[in-house]
Amino acid sequence: MAGDLGLWGIPVAIVGGAIRVSTPFLFVSLGEVLTERSGRINLGLEGTLVFGAMAGYGTAVLTGSAWAGVLVAALAGVVFGLVHGIICSLPKVNDIAVGIAMMLLGSGLAFYFGKPFIQPTAPDLPAIALGGWSDLPQVQAALNVNVLFLIGLALALVMAWMFRSTKVGLTLRVVGDSTDAARAMGLRPAVIRTLATAAGGAFAGVGGAYLSLYYPGSWNEAISSGQGLMAVALVIFARWNPVACFWAALLFGGAGALGPALQSVGVTKGYYLFYAAPYVLTLGVLIATSSTTRALSGAPGELSITK
Amino acid sequence: MSIIGEEPLPPGALEVETLGMTMRFGAFTALDDVSIRVAPGSFHALLGENGAGKSTLVKCIMGFYHATSGELLVGGREARIADPRHAHAMGLGMVYQHFTLVPSLTVAENLVISRKDAPAVIDWGKERAGLDAFMQSMPFRVPLDQTVARLAAGEKQKLEILKQLYLGRRFLILDEPTSVLTPDEADEVLGHVRALCEAGEISVLMITHKFREVTAFADEVSVLRRGKLVGQGKVADLTHAQMAAMMIGAEKDTTPAPRSGTTGAPVLEIDGIRALDRSGLKEIDIRSLTVRAGEIVGIAGISGNGQMELMEVLTGQRPLMAGAIKVEGAPYSATRAEAQRLAVRYLPEEPLRNACAGRMSVIENIAFRSFDRKGDSPRFWTSGKEMRARGTELIAAFKVKVAAPDGPIAALSGGNVQRAVLARELTGAVRLLVISNPCFGLDFSAVAEIRARIMAARNAGTAVLLMSEDLDEVMELSDRIVVMSEGRISYEVTAAQASLAEIGHHMGGHA
Ligand SMILES: Nc1ncnc2c1ncn2[C@@H]1O[C@H](COP(=O)(O)OP(=O)(O)OP(=O)(O)O)[C@@H](O)[C@H]1O
Ligand SMILES: [Mg+2]
Repeated sequence: MAGDLGLWGIPVAIVGGAIRVSTPFLFVSLGEVLTERSGRINLGLEGTLVFGAMAGYGTAVLTGSAWAGVLVAALAGVVFGLVHGIICSLPKVNDIAVGIAMMLLGSGLAFYFGKPFIQPTAPDLPAIALGGWSDLPQVQAALNVNVLFLIGLALALVMAWMFRSTKVGLTLRVVGDSTDAARAMGLRPAVIRTLATAAGGAFAGVGGAYLSLYYPGSWNEAISSGQGLMAVALVIFARWNPVACFWAALLFGGAGALGPALQSVGVTKGYYLFYAAPYVLTLGVLIATSSTTRALSGAPGELSITK
Repeated sequence: MSIIGEEPLPPGALEVETLGMTMRFGAFTALDDVSIRVAPGSFHALLGENGAGKSTLVKCIMGFYHATSGELLVGGREARIADPRHAHAMGLGMVYQHFTLVPSLTVAENLVISRKDAPAVIDWGKERAGLDAFMQSMPFRVPLDQTVARLAAGEKQKLEILKQLYLGRRFLILDEPTSVLTPDEADEVLGHVRALCEAGEISVLMITHKFREVTAFADEVSVLRRGKLVGQGKVADLTHAQMAAMMIGAEKDTTPAPRSGTTGAPVLEIDGIRALDRSGLKEIDIRSLTVRAGEIVGIAGISGNGQMELMEVLTGQRPLMAGAIKVEGAPYSATRAEAQRLAVRYLPEEPLRNACAGRMSVIENIAFRSFDRKGDSPRFWTSGKEMRARGTELIAAFKVKVAAPDGPIAALSGGNVQRAVLARELTGAVRLLVISNPCFGLDFSAVAEIRARIMAARNAGTAVLLMSEDLDEVMELSDRIVVMSEGRISYEVTAAQASLAEIGHHMGGHA
């Protein structure tokens, strides 16, 4: 109970929740930005997320190292991304359909291989206590920030820089915006897109490892509540900009924390409605950003949803 | 890259020669035993009707297509070019008929990333200094910080050429480089290219439909017809009539079509319409515009001044914020039923994108207006037989060159897509015809033919609204000319009183 904080407990709990809940959103959406900037959509990241959660947890249980779990989750993500990328490179294959298949495959495989890991407990990922300046236990708890969150923030900044000032980043944007231009430059769009999808898969895998190794911090079949899919909407909201993804992930995370925050201050009725906040937000974002007359500004030109 | 011999190619302009180049697409021979030599430092023009195989030839040189047979010599040595990258490495570059710039990147980003030796980490301070110096040394400039999507077509074309020079190409292929430029812009750009040829920096092979440019800038010319090389020579020795004769096989009269009939009642009335433009930031605002039966109203203007949006409003692709459009006195919102009833037809620009389903067949595309009609009444079951008969008839009547009428329309050359759409839109009774750049990228005989068809429609009482970036076309066809600038109509004049200078002045927005 928030006790002495009273209603102030709500914002504190939301901030804490936002930081805790946003990390998987952040990783998946950064992965999706990478993929979409190259001109493909990978809806399979939801499956990658779930599989990453299982693979990361399983590895951590078996090796005793949470970081080994993160690494294996990332590698599993690379494999899923490669499969998606390679299949989509075949002629007349639709990336959205393949993504849905990969999503089901990822979850299915995770449930199949994950059965033995539902009981045992794995080591947690470390967190850094940034709330030491405060005496309030609530504030301290809220600012107990996981290392992966900070890594995600750093990645967002690095990606923004990469898209602006590196050859790799500009090449990705070229391929994502105009296949013709890419070909004229002698680039191989299919190869570049496949690599981008693989890297994006790694990000989603790490996002999954965060779920099972930190928050909520255990492996079960209901571990993801659609974060992988919502991240796609989040990317549109963030206009394919990695730094905006960071803020959008916080916003989505905060929305996700609304229900638990209300519950924690003792609201007993109707709080579960607020559990739907992230989904409502997703819908709202999609409606608000759609227009029949204007091209979605910032959208990569080769994306199958914006073409 | 496989060049026989180890010595590097000599610096400066390259010599490029094709020997007996043949290209087949299935059973169709697009290129038949073509040998062309472009001497180092020369400006070579390539002429030919739509579908003659000009683009195919240069794509074989650049390694986009692998010729079925024949050889390519670069700098006098045999070169087997596997893909465009190899071509680039040898110093061959191409400006395409379609833009190959990346729309969402800025001009500076486009230039830097197109460089093969672009650094892994780009030091923008240093690159900017280099780019500024490069731009200073050029006779024309493009703003470096603008995203390409916001450049006008003319500026994009300039940038395409600048990019090739920036990349240090020594043999440049230009595929209809001036089709989106005003005559003055074209002269400016080609003049500079020509100067580079004379300085021995580059050799140029230019595809064009404009004899004027050939005479003004080229040293030599080659003419293709139906995939075969049918003529070659020094430009100085040839007249326009002789070049035209080579292109089509016989001399043909291209005087403007006669004008007859009288102007009737208003057909299209536009009253105070406003709509957002593509960027969503600016508006187009047309107070009043009327087109009468038996009259051609030409809209002149530099591209990007709202013509595209006006077209989209008239075709129902863009919603109105205010105002009304009437056709024959009835409110018109461009539904299919209304267009059908009022006999309104369109030829938008970029017809492949705006008026065709690219992956559907040529026959099906031609049937879009008629597949659900049986005479005057609607029909439920389509008839493949009728569609085919009608399609075949129209393909022949409009001389659309198709290898396979059942193949996708996207495989046609640019000019032939235009003809196929015109065949569809100009057939049957037409009361209002709205057209945009109808002759973009067409060869001269096709241009004359299409203009004659438009004139014939006018003479038969159709009201025609013509938007064109080609001022000569507007002057030739129109009864009345209006100038569009910044989304507004800034000037209106009857054809009889129109002067090119005055119209040009208003197009530039200096009124
Ligand atoms: N990839 C392809 N597959 C099949 N046919 C093709 C292909 N590319 C071109 N053709 C055919 O080859 C012929 C020559 O086309 P090409 O594009 O070279 O014409 P062009 O001379 O450049 O015409 P335009 O002036 O209209 O640009 C056309 O009939 C075209 O339909
Ligand atoms: Mg061509």
